[in-house]
Amino acid sequence: MGLKTPLYQKHLDAGARIVDFGGWDMPIQYQSLLEEHHAVRQHAGVFDVSHMTIVDVDGPDAKAWLQYLLANDVEKLDVAGRALYSAMLNDTGGVVDDLIVYRRVAGYRLVVNCGTREKDLRWMNEWARDWKVSITERPELAILAVHGPESIDKVCQLLTPALADSVRALGNFRSLEAGEWFIARTGYTGERGLELLVPDTDAEALWDQLLQLGVKPIGLGARDTLRLEAGMNLYGHDMDDSVSPLAANMEQTIAWEPATRQFIGRAAVEQHKRDQREGRLPILTGLVMEERGVLREGLRVVCLVNGEERDGIITSGTFSPTLKHSIALARIPADSTVCRVDLRGKLTPVRLVKPNFVRFGKKVFE
Amino acid sequence: MSSFPDNLKYAATHEWVRVEADGTCTVGITDHAQELLGDIVFIELPEDGASVSAKQEISVVESVKAASDIYAPVSGRIIAVNKTLIDSPEIVNTSPYGEGWFCRIQPGNAAELDALLDADAYAKICE
Repeated sequence: MGLKTPLYQKHLDAGARIVDFGGWDMPIQYQSLLEEHHAVRQHAGVFDVSHMTIVDVDGPDAKAWLQYLLANDVEKLDVAGRALYSAMLNDTGGVVDDLIVYRRVAGYRLVVNCGTREKDLRWMNEWARDWKVSITERPELAILAVHGPESIDKVCQLLTPALADSVRALGNFRSLEAGEWFIARTGYTGERGLELLVPDTDAEALWDQLLQLGVKPIGLGARDTLRLEAGMNLYGHDMDDSVSPLAANMEQTIAWEPATRQFIGRAAVEQHKRDQREGRLPILTGLVMEERGVLREGLRVVCLVNGEERDGIITSGTFSPTLKHSIALARIPADSTVCRVDLRGKLTPVRLVKPNFVRFGKKVFE
Repeated sequence: MSSFPDNLKYAATHEWVRVEADGTCTVGITDHAQELLGDIVFIELPEDGASVSAKQEISVVESVKAASDIYAPVSGRIIAVNKTLIDSPEIVNTSPYGEGWFCRIQPGNAAELDALLDADAYAKICE
């Protein structure tokens, strides 16, 4: 028996198969993962992601402290509502977690992974000792992610006309607050959509209303195939405490400037940057295999680097329901040219592509 | 809930066997197996005409989530394979005991059939 979100009974009602996910009893799929995946790419789907951890950071030092805690710079959040994706690094430049930080009218809101909750809170509290910040977990909030080309229209049908107008006007990585509701244009699918952070007492009614409008419930299985098609990393698979963000396709999330800003892990990732220039840091790449078969996490990748064979590894792999063939993320030596994957002892050629496969329902790589 | 038809025999590795009137064995994977695998996207079929021994790996099923080996429930020779599954593997999800059959085996040792499970015994190991 694991932890349950306020929507647990709704998942059972919708026919979900429940699995343990980081200590939570979560829906892996309802009827068909493939149908759920296509519903998000073509129409609209709703995910219960209430297991994720919401942490509010307030106090006079909130901004300065986050500038120290995070590799990205909350200075970029020039107005309330803006959001930023960032890594939180350790002293060796490994990724403690990846998260989204939202600027609120006063203070900040962070959404971190569920599997790293305890570690993250311990880490944050440890580094907060000498700062005037309060770190407050918000377990009483549920999160419903509504994604797909029709998602914003569907959600707006449930809002007052004035609020609906504001939500339609939200840009990507922007959020707004309306009473106790926090509505953000963020997500993990590569489609348009919203994440709705609402009091858990509102969650069931919101879920029912979305389903009545034809929004399909989507399990964690399709959440994974959608995020992988979008080339988005999954913590604990594509990166972790031992992996540099520079070896996890997260370089864009490090704010190097201003050079005077000290942040945890800065010295280490600066060394990683030098290693990278000398070709000594691996890269996280996209792999495409158009033959039959499925690339899976953990499979060995045999890479040709300057005429020598060296090993890489698949960090996430799946069958892509949109593309109808397999895709993967893999960590391989820099300067790899030809790569083959060890599929049951058979070395099968794969193509290297930028780690971004599908956006807005369409193939994006050549 | 998975179904466990009474007229079939089962292997603990989630294959089913139907003994036909002519003594040949039709083989597939169980409803419980297809449920666990979820949406099936590729099937590597057994080789038509091959001689196989019981518990030998004869096929691979790939779903979105996992790859799974399929084992011969009995020894013998493979006398037919269901080629429809190459282009339409999802049939195994919708009809695991019907159109989603994998192959037919001419059994070499009928005694092996007695070692397989009946529906009740198989249902118990799926609990």
